[in-house]
Amino acid sequence: MHPILIIVFLPLLAAIAAGLGNKQLGATTAKILTTGALFVSCVLSWPIFLGFVAGGAEASVVPVLKWVESGAMTFDWALRVDSLTAVMLVVITTVSALVHLYSWGYMDEDPDQPRFFAYLSLFTFAMLMLVTADNLVQMFFGWEGVGLASYLLIGFWFRKPSACAAAIKAFVVNRVGDLGFMLGIFGTFLVFGTTSIPEILAAAPGMAGSTIGFLGYRFDTMTVLCILLFIGAMGKSAQLGLHTWLPDAMEGPTPVSALIHAATMVTAGVFMVCRLSPMFEASPSAMAFVAVIGGATCFFAATIGCTQWDIKRVIAYSTCSQLGYMFFAAGVGAYGAAMFHLFTHAFFKALLFLGAGSVIHAMHHEQDMRYYGALRKEIPITFWTMTAGTLAITGVGIAGFVGFAGFYSKDAILEAAFGAGTQVGQFAFWMGILAALMTSFYSWRLVFLTFFGKPRWAASEHIQHALHDEHGHDAHDTHGHGHEAENAPAQEDAGHDAAHSAHAADAHEGTGGYHPHESPLVMLIPLLVLSLGAVFAGFVFQHAFVSEGTGEFWQGALVFHEHLIHAMHEVPTWVKWSPFTVMAIGFVTAWYGYIRNTEFPAAVARQLGPVYTFVFRKWMFDELYHYVFVVPAFWLGRVFWKRGDEGTINRFGPDGAAWVVARGATYAQKVQSGYLYSYALVMLLGLVAAVSWVIK
Amino acid sequence: MGGFPILSLMLLVPLVGAIACLFLDARPARTVALVATLIDFVLGVVLWANYDIGGAQWQFTERTEIFAGFSYALGIDGIALMLIMLSVFLMPICIGAGWTSINKRVGEYMAAFLLMEMLMIGVFAAQDLFLFYIFFEAGLIPMYLIIGIWGGDNRIYASYKFFLYTLLGSVLMLIAMLWMVNETGTTDIPTLMVTDFAPAAQTWLWLAFFASFAVKMPMWPVHTWLPDAHVQAPTAGSVILAGVLLKMGGYGFIRFSLPMFPEASAQFAWLIYALSMVAVVVTSLIALVQNDMKKLIAYSSVAHMAIVTVGVFAFNTQGLEGSMIMMLSHGLVSGALFLAVGVIYDRLHTREIDRYGGLSINMPHYALFFLLFTMASIGLPGTSGFVAEFLSLAGIYQVSTWVALICTTGIILGAAYMLYLYRRVAFGEQKHADAAAMGDLTLREYLMMIPLALAVLWMGIYPESFLAPMRADIQALDARIARAAPESDSKPTPGKPQAAVHTVSEVGHGATPAAPEGVH
Repeated sequence: MHPILIIVFLPLLAAIAAGLGNKQLGATTAKILTTGALFVSCVLSWPIFLGFVAGGAEASVVPVLKWVESGAMTFDWALRVDSLTAVMLVVITTVSALVHLYSWGYMDEDPDQPRFFAYLSLFTFAMLMLVTADNLVQMFFGWEGVGLASYLLIGFWFRKPSACAAAIKAFVVNRVGDLGFMLGIFGTFLVFGTTSIPEILAAAPGMAGSTIGFLGYRFDTMTVLCILLFIGAMGKSAQLGLHTWLPDAMEGPTPVSALIHAATMVTAGVFMVCRLSPMFEASPSAMAFVAVIGGATCFFAATIGCTQWDIKRVIAYSTCSQLGYMFFAAGVGAYGAAMFHLFTHAFFKALLFLGAGSVIHAMHHEQDMRYYGALRKEIPITFWTMTAGTLAITGVGIAGFVGFAGFYSKDAILEAAFGAGTQVGQFAFWMGILAALMTSFYSWRLVFLTFFGKPRWAASEHIQHALHDEHGHDAHDTHGHGHEAENAPAQEDAGHDAAHSAHAADAHEGTGGYHPHESPLVMLIPLLVLSLGAVFAGFVFQHAFVSEGTGEFWQGALVFHEHLIHAMHEVPTWVKWSPFTVMAIGFVTAWYGYIRNTEFPAAVARQLGPVYTFVFRKWMFDELYHYVFVVPAFWLGRVFWKRGDEGTINRFGPDGAAWVVARGATYAQKVQSGYLYSYALVMLLGLVAAVSWVIK
Repeated sequence: MGGFPILSLMLLVPLVGAIACLFLDARPARTVALVATLIDFVLGVVLWANYDIGGAQWQFTERTEIFAGFSYALGIDGIALMLIMLSVFLMPICIGAGWTSINKRVGEYMAAFLLMEMLMIGVFAAQDLFLFYIFFEAGLIPMYLIIGIWGGDNRIYASYKFFLYTLLGSVLMLIAMLWMVNETGTTDIPTLMVTDFAPAAQTWLWLAFFASFAVKMPMWPVHTWLPDAHVQAPTAGSVILAGVLLKMGGYGFIRFSLPMFPEASAQFAWLIYALSMVAVVVTSLIALVQNDMKKLIAYSSVAHMAIVTVGVFAFNTQGLEGSMIMMLSHGLVSGALFLAVGVIYDRLHTREIDRYGGLSINMPHYALFFLLFTMASIGLPGTSGFVAEFLSLAGIYQVSTWVALICTTGIILGAAYMLYLYRRVAFGEQKHADAAAMGDLTLREYLMMIPLALAVLWMGIYPESFLAPMRADIQALDARIARAAPESDSKPTPGKPQAAVHTVSEVGHGATPAAPEGVH
């Protein structure tokens, strides 16, 4: 039995057992089952990955079951293992196993633990099905499967209206992307006559230059197919336009955000583009599209990240932005660099989220950074691990020497974009540099607001709640998180006023007498393990992902351009040093604004006025979509129902017919007078008519 | 099976049961009905097990001449087999659904359902045109009674509307049938299926049949009887209405319209597409604003049936197989959804969505089943709904990208209204004390839900069991209508491999800007 079968299906079995067993099984058994299954999967995954890194491992496909055979369209359940899958396998199983473990601590007080762990394992199964897919339809199965798990986990605290709304939003917005994915699969089948990925990729280069009819116009075939498929990727990976669900998804428990909305599910789009890279290579226009969307997203999401107060939302926009990097890397042809960043990002972003979870845990479910401060002494391990994550995401390192994980992957992407030498590449490069500046700023802002300065805890409702009701833990899941930051554009002022009034009164009162506690060991172990990844993953694996001869590692699992690697090495020195420079500027700005002169950010926000408000309100996407799609949909529904179905079809259809019959009956009644002479008259008239008809 | 008349037996068992029920008290009537439907289900399994895949097109045939060419002729192909299986599978569940909630005229109620079962099987098994017509139309009577007697407050209006709509179309179909028999001198359906009518005649015949099938389906804009009928019908009535009766329209298109009038079908394909596109968008939006659970699911049925019609008129294997699976899947899923509504209706006696909320808390198992059927309804891969939607839409994409695009928006709208429903029923706080006090599923309800859940998953994960018996028939149908198949609007040209190599290497070198080509 191939280990991949165990890796993929063990989490499913655990999910079914924990989910259906639920209360009967008990929380501990469910936790042991699911976590155990994930650790087994994880342990089995690493040898596969290292086998590919070391070289010598062969790609293989393990058939499972026939699925559909409909005329020429056939697709089966099968598990494909190649180097690209292997990268995803270790990312998914490792982060998932650690998140399972972490959740023992984080979800300890929750009454619904078996359900939570069942969902987590179900998600892992669906994600594994996605990355092991050998045909587009199974990929779509995993794609929607992770969507279901995401829906369930975002809505895990289903009593909260905000969580329910976020869950539906995530599913429906993803479905918009899936519409593109589905049409892309249909089109691919139409063109290639198959849904098998290897067969499509083999035939794709030959289709360059072909044209196809789509919606009444003729386009370049591969461009249409790739853009349709990429729309799916945009939905799942929260790219500009279809990103609105991701920040709201933070309604889910924090371990979920770490696993699904940072490390794995949202990277599925990047995986898809890399998996189908020979298709994209056949369409320069589609690649340009991917690069532009990626570049725009990394910039736009970073701007929002600079203004948010909710610790999880900052990291969510950061994720959105980092996914943009991965896409523009793919768009300029540096698929290896995209996968490398996916790999390192999984570790440091999961780390940041779990660290944020640890802070939230310590701060009694307060998520607003305005009520944090001075936590580094209270929760030192969380502080150090999050610092490691921040060093990784901001890309700290010395060019050509050594650095944290993000340093290797992010620099590789920026150099590749510049080295591509195209206009699109230039655009992506500059967007990436600007985003890197902001990444550094908002990441350090997060660290400074949370761990440095004076305590500002007393003003927090959650802390007040904790102080006044020590036993109120069981009700925590019904609190609305992050609502404070929702509808107040002038937050910079308000926040700092609150903070200032707090320590103007008395520096010691800032704590309100609250004592944050470091998280339990089950939560700290995942943090420490992920810190290792955040520190070393780049250094150790850079040769496997992005260097000359990396083609051996990929074995054709994605398109690898040797030339691009050369171009990366030959970029001017200023290009090599620019990420480091902007990182330093971002750090200093954050230090100045949030440690040295805390009046400064509010003043800047006031100066910027409407611009700040626009960015703070997330570029108004939610408002726009609400008035362009949601409101009209409900309005149209009512109009079609009341005016269409009831006012027109029923009125002139069955009800109208009934009216005619009823009126007709009234007239007929009058004719039935009962007088013999009137009947005789009618008879006579009838007779005359009949006779005249015959003798005509 | 030799010459054993198993199809006749399947008609006879419910008929005998129905007559017996008329003379029995409530308790024995229920038992008799359940036993009769279970026997029929077992017979159905025997039928399926003995169906020779790849054998003769028409199997288990029986024929008795009656008079003037009219004969009692039965026989099934794979398509009919699957629809008969759906009917006999749903019937015991329907009997179970009315087990405790129907207390008035129980004997007559059970008799009506058993009669209904006999007529449904008859429709799918009939091989004689007039025998089909009799079964097809007689099916109205028990349904009319079920709605009119055991229905809700506004049952008279609903039952009359149901009857008026469906009868109107049928009259035209009867005239067309008489003309066809007069023209060809036979009432044998298999013979008629390979008869080539003159294209001019086909047009009128097609329209006459269309009038009947479009109402049964129901297609927009002759769908307005459906929401009322569903809302007023008792739970089991809704299950059988959505589960089987709506499938008669689709079956009619596949059995009559396509093979008998291929040219006319192609000629009117645009009409079908137009009505279906409108239906998908309009009825989905209407479903979004419903406050009545049954009405919401009824409107969603119209949208799903529109996917069936585009699939049927895609003129290719994927479209036809997809629409068949859609009919089976929708039979299971919408049946299950109506059942799920029935479960809570029995407890609270209201269909109003806002009266519920937070059911995940006090009815977790119910919420799980409801979630599964919701997901199947919106076509989540792994459930039957996905295979159905995917194949149908893949079929229509090969004809028209516009139609495919509009119809695929159904996956977005469907997700919106179903999840919105699920949220209001199962999620949120428990707002009403009476809704919060409702108990989880009873044993009887588990016994109805579990088979449906398993069937939905089976059809989603291994649909081969259902596709295999139909494959040869769909192929034969596809071959027959191929001559009239509409042209694809995609028409991809072959690639220019020379250019391809050139372009790839250039991107590889990163020497030239990505030149936009072909995108406008």
